[in-house]
Amino acid sequence: MKPSDQSNDEGNSRRDFLKKSTLITAIALTPAVAIKAAESEADERFAALFEKIPLNLTINNKPYKTSIEPRVTLLDLLREELHLTGTKKGCDHGQCGACTVHVDGARVNSCLSLAVMNEGKEITTIEGLANGEELHPMQRAFIKHDGFQCGYCTPGQIMSAVACIREGHANSRAEISEYMSGNICRCGAYPNIVDAIIEVKEGGTSI
Amino acid sequence: MINFQYLRTTTAKSAAALIQKDKNSKFIAGGTNLIDLMKRGVLSPEKLIDINHVPLKQIVLIGDKIHIGALATNTAVAEHPLIKEKLPLLSLALQAGASAQLRNVATIGGNILQRTRCGYFYDIEMPCNKRQPGSGCGAKSGINRMHAIFGTSANCIAVHPSDMCIALAALDAEVIVANAKTERRIAFGDFHRLPGDTPQLDHNLKADEMIIRVEIPINNLSQHSHYLKVRDRSSYAFALVSVAAGLEIQNNKINTVRLAMGGVAAKPWRLTAAENFLNGKEATLENFEQAAKLAMVDAKGFGENNFKLKLAPNTIIEALNLAKSKS
Repeated sequence: MKPSDQSNDEGNSRRDFLKKSTLITAIALTPAVAIKAAESEADERFAALFEKIPLNLTINNKPYKTSIEPRVTLLDLLREELHLTGTKKGCDHGQCGACTVHVDGARVNSCLSLAVMNEGKEITTIEGLANGEELHPMQRAFIKHDGFQCGYCTPGQIMSAVACIREGHANSRAEISEYMSGNICRCGAYPNIVDAIIEVKEGGTSI
Repeated sequence: MINFQYLRTTTAKSAAALIQKDKNSKFIAGGTNLIDLMKRGVLSPEKLIDINHVPLKQIVLIGDKIHIGALATNTAVAEHPLIKEKLPLLSLALQAGASAQLRNVATIGGNILQRTRCGYFYDIEMPCNKRQPGSGCGAKSGINRMHAIFGTSANCIAVHPSDMCIALAALDAEVIVANAKTERRIAFGDFHRLPGDTPQLDHNLKADEMIIRVEIPINNLSQHSHYLKVRDRSSYAFALVSVAAGLEIQNNKINTVRLAMGGVAAKPWRLTAAENFLNGKEATLENFEQAAKLAMVDAKGFGENNFKLKLAPNTIIEALNLAKSKS
């Protein structure tokens, strides 16, 4: 056998193996319709199911154009694809608020939003709050009032705190506590977080 | 999360046509419940139909009814001046539910259709007749502190988790649903189902239908309305027991009364016997206590949730007191 033939054979069989093993892995992660498609060798349909969807959105005033699988959450898009790791993954189930970002100005849990549902939207993350080297007033207030200990929930707390004031829900300590209840802090920095929000609110700077 | 196909649609008609074509597809609006369930493997639709671009966000007064589109968000409804003025009970119930972040995306239609938070339903390793009919109910003799005391069956003791739905039940709302061809109306009390022998069916919406709006008649209860929610922490927790109370009082006499309870059944639990008793009576503590007693006649605890047998009547009395003392 000539060397070139040999390598060709090897190449073929390796490709075959990869094809099969990829298929098996894919089947394990795949709903029934795709398995059916794979069994009947309907390759086009199989491919279509995993088709990436084009997505255009604006993040921190910068336009992004990408394409992603429909199952990717906005949180995973930010962290894993765009490496904007300021937004944190806490519970990943909408219970802790660590992943809070603003979508078209409204605070949302990015872990419970599919990235593809945000086509054309404007996203602001913690990275988009500061003005260059100058921290946002809420960031400064969190530092001044020790609004955190471990800091893991802090990006979500700050995004939520900014929204809380913008929504007009920061008129008393009780109201702030109620409207910040979607952000859990296991260190228990709550009183200091409320202090920080009150200072920014009373400071009167437009945020 | 198991992958799926994703489609967007812009009209209710095409949405209904798409869902009719493919039984393994689901609508997605806010996604706050569905995405959670998909991450846990409780649901794995093959296709998601994104209905967020369907124009169903209206909040308007038409004749003597307020129409709320299925895609209006919890926040939009709770803070709308029309709702605050005419239906404060609905606004209060919405604000008592979830968090600001969730309310910003959760929709009225999705809120009505949200699934129970029973831990056995959520854990796919556990038996659950609602998730997998015939597999058994883990909650009946298991962890059932949050569970139902009314309308249970041998198959299921889960509760409906919504606050908003408790207010809608008290307010005599109607749910307007549509398929690709036609619309129909469902009285709110007939929308959700008790478990019986089919705990997998939460409601009477057909597979080819979608909720397009709710309609709520204007009432005379706005002066004396209260939503009282008792929970493990003071905010951002599901109800142990909640009561929506609306009263129309003249010279301390009750002309109209509406009472519905949450956290106690698979559907919003309207307290008809208590309402009938209170109608035309004086708004006194004694009458409130008697009404609460009547409301509890068929209640049954399952161990850990026995405390609700006492908490529920106390919550009814307190909600009526608070509604009465408002002005």
